Amino acid sequence: MLEIKNLRAGIEGREILKGINLTINKGEIHAIMGPNGSGKSTLAKVLAGHPQYEVTGGEIIYEGRNLLEMAPDERAREGVFMAFQYPIEVPGVSNAQFLRLAYNEKRKHLGEEELDPLEFKDLLKERAKVVEMDASFMTRSVNEGFSGGEKKRNEILQMAVLEPKLAVLDETDSGLDIDALRVVANGVNQLFTPENAIIVVTHYQRLLNYIVPHFVHVLADGLIAREGGKELALELEAKGYDWIRTVDKGAGAPAN
Amino acid sequence: MSTAELLAKQEYKYGFVTDIESDMIPRGLTEDTIRLIVEKKNEPEWMLEFRLKAYRHWLTMTEPKHWPNLTYPKIDYQDVIYYSAPKQKATKKSLDEVDPELLRTFEKLGIPLTEQKQLAGVAVDAVFDSVSVATTYKEKLKKVGVIFCSFTEAIRDYPELVKKYLGSVVPTNDNFFAALNSAVFSDGSFCFIPKGVRCPMELSTYFRINNAESGQFERTLIVAEEGSHVSYLEGCTAPKFDKNQLHAAVVELIALDDAQIKYSTVQNWYAGDEEGVGGIYNFVTKRGKCAGKNSKISWTQVETGSAITWKYPSCILQGDNSIGEFYSVALTNHAQQADTGTKMIHLGKNTRSTIISKGIAAGKSNNSYRGLVKVMPKAEGARNYTQCDSMLIGSTCGANTFPYIEVMNNSSSVEHEASTSKISEEQLFYLQQRGISQEDAVSLIINGFCKDVFLQLPMEFAVEATRLLGLKLEGSVG
Repeated sequence: MLEIKNLRAGIEGREILKGINLTINKGEIHAIMGPNGSGKSTLAKVLAGHPQYEVTGGEIIYEGRNLLEMAPDERAREGVFMAFQYPIEVPGVSNAQFLRLAYNEKRKHLGEEELDPLEFKDLLKERAKVVEMDASFMTRSVNEGFSGGEKKRNEILQMAVLEPKLAVLDETDSGLDIDALRVVANGVNQLFTPENAIIVVTHYQRLLNYIVPHFVHVLADGLIAREGGKELALELEAKGYDWIRTVDKGAGAPAN
Repeated sequence: MSTAELLAKQEYKYGFVTDIESDMIPRGLTEDTIRLIVEKKNEPEWMLEFRLKAYRHWLTMTEPKHWPNLTYPKIDYQDVIYYSAPKQKATKKSLDEVDPELLRTFEKLGIPLTEQKQLAGVAVDAVFDSVSVATTYKEKLKKVGVIFCSFTEAIRDYPELVKKYLGSVVPTNDNFFAALNSAVFSDGSFCFIPKGVRCPMELSTYFRINNAESGQFERTLIVAEEGSHVSYLEGCTAPKFDKNQLHAAVVELIALDDAQIKYSTVQNWYAGDEEGVGGIYNFVTKRGKCAGKNSKISWTQVETGSAITWKYPSCILQGDNSIGEFYSVALTNHAQQADTGTKMIHLGKNTRSTIISKGIAAGKSNNSYRGLVKVMPKAEGARNYTQCDSMLIGSTCGANTFPYIEVMNNSSSVEHEASTSKISEEQLFYLQQRGISQEDAVSLIINGFCKDVFLQLPMEFAVEATRLLGLKLEGSVG
């Protein structure tokens, strides 16, 4: 589904990713871990096509196409989804209106009929159960006045509506209390199928107790420093990131 | 791609010119010009006096050049043609006699006038340059006692009503542009809603400037008698010319006891090109008087066109418990300049006013809100709430807020809130990441920003306004 080859990228002339290699197949959950500043979020944003990040080398092939040549909205319509670490507020635009527009853009792209507001309301009601959100959230402006936990749940609601092939969760656990974390993780698990793939970007092992990854990749200084199964996350939890920093930086060989 | 690099290349789709023979008078303005207009329009003596009085005042006045936040070259008032009418039969018995070229023009503008195609539920007065060419549903309205006709017909058929109310809200010497309008106005719409009548359909006037050399000076007068209700819409477009055309209108509204007038405008005059060449100079005086107790006047405007907008739809809240409202979206792009807002003058007890202003500036444009809230000594218990929000797109535009608040009693409350925001790259990226194109994302953000105002517009207008803002900003965020 996704193949990242020797990816180099940065922001404002500063290189952050220094040659990432990663292959993701459908039916897999990958965790990207690493200390602050290691490039985790940069990787997520480059996948989504954030305009401030510049790719300076390497390639990303998604479903056989060059992802880097696609505009962010095109990537989204093709099934790439990013749950934002800091979801953005859109005042005056209701959640339902926003979600219907996004959903219909995707339907149009796939050559399917658009849903009218009533049809969409039914669909939304169904999907909202995934993250235990009630109807009052649908008429409120997008993320405006939402608590941190509500914003993150709203991200997963969007994922539930858009049904991406590849979902990148950028520090979705940050700022969540344990109950909200469980709701969010439970939602993500319900949405995971053998036909899609999920990348979980996180600093802490905690989230991975709920969303259990098949593979764990640890970034350090813009390179993949360690790779392994879910037990690697536990090892990190016990030993801390300093342990990674001391290992040989040349270890970033492709996992698969 | 960085923000605000690709500026709108969107074609102004109403920029075409209708090829029609016009009856024009020579350019320039003297007392003889006014006599000529009166003669052309076959007006009574009292109208000539009204006009001449205004003209003589105007000669003593100076253009308000210093206080508005606008810069433009000196206007040569002797270089304007003050009357231009499409040549056609003087009296039209039915729409069948209207020049087909004119009917085609309005149809192209989305305002079909012929019986079969008329817009359902909206009566239209179509004004082309200096004259009204057709008014639809006139007979149907007459059955319930509502008078809706061109100003020319009103002077001829309802002189007592016109005499009673013309200039009663905006006196001939009110300001430079109002005086000019009073001297030379050529046509416009007249609406009269008798006591207790709820107007069965929306009334609307569509203004079209066609002649490159002529100004448009129209007048609208709406009188709502006791307990009546009316909703009025106004739309305007003009062809693209390199030269600036002058538009100086006066609108007067009068609401008697318990009457309500809702006045909505979608202004889409030609705005000039990206460098600011051409476009309409829009100097308009709009004022409503809540003359009776419990009356209400509500202004809603969506200003997207004109090279220059100078316009302050106001309410004089004279009747006790009367209500004034002003909901405004003013969008400027490229080199457009807008200095617009409102005046709420509280005279009666327990009068209330609400001002919601949304300014959107893109390109190199300059967008100012200017508003006065004045509470007079006898307006006990008066209340005002003002909210002024500005949104900037890109970094080469400007937004300003000039609020003036004068309160002369201590039982009143006045609230003012203001904010300035920018469409951020993060916001656009967020929406794009959900599959929404950049253009649609800008539209969505802007429409969310303007929601409080759009909610006030009649349904069809709200849809039109939403679409219009999208078009006007197309490509303005890179």
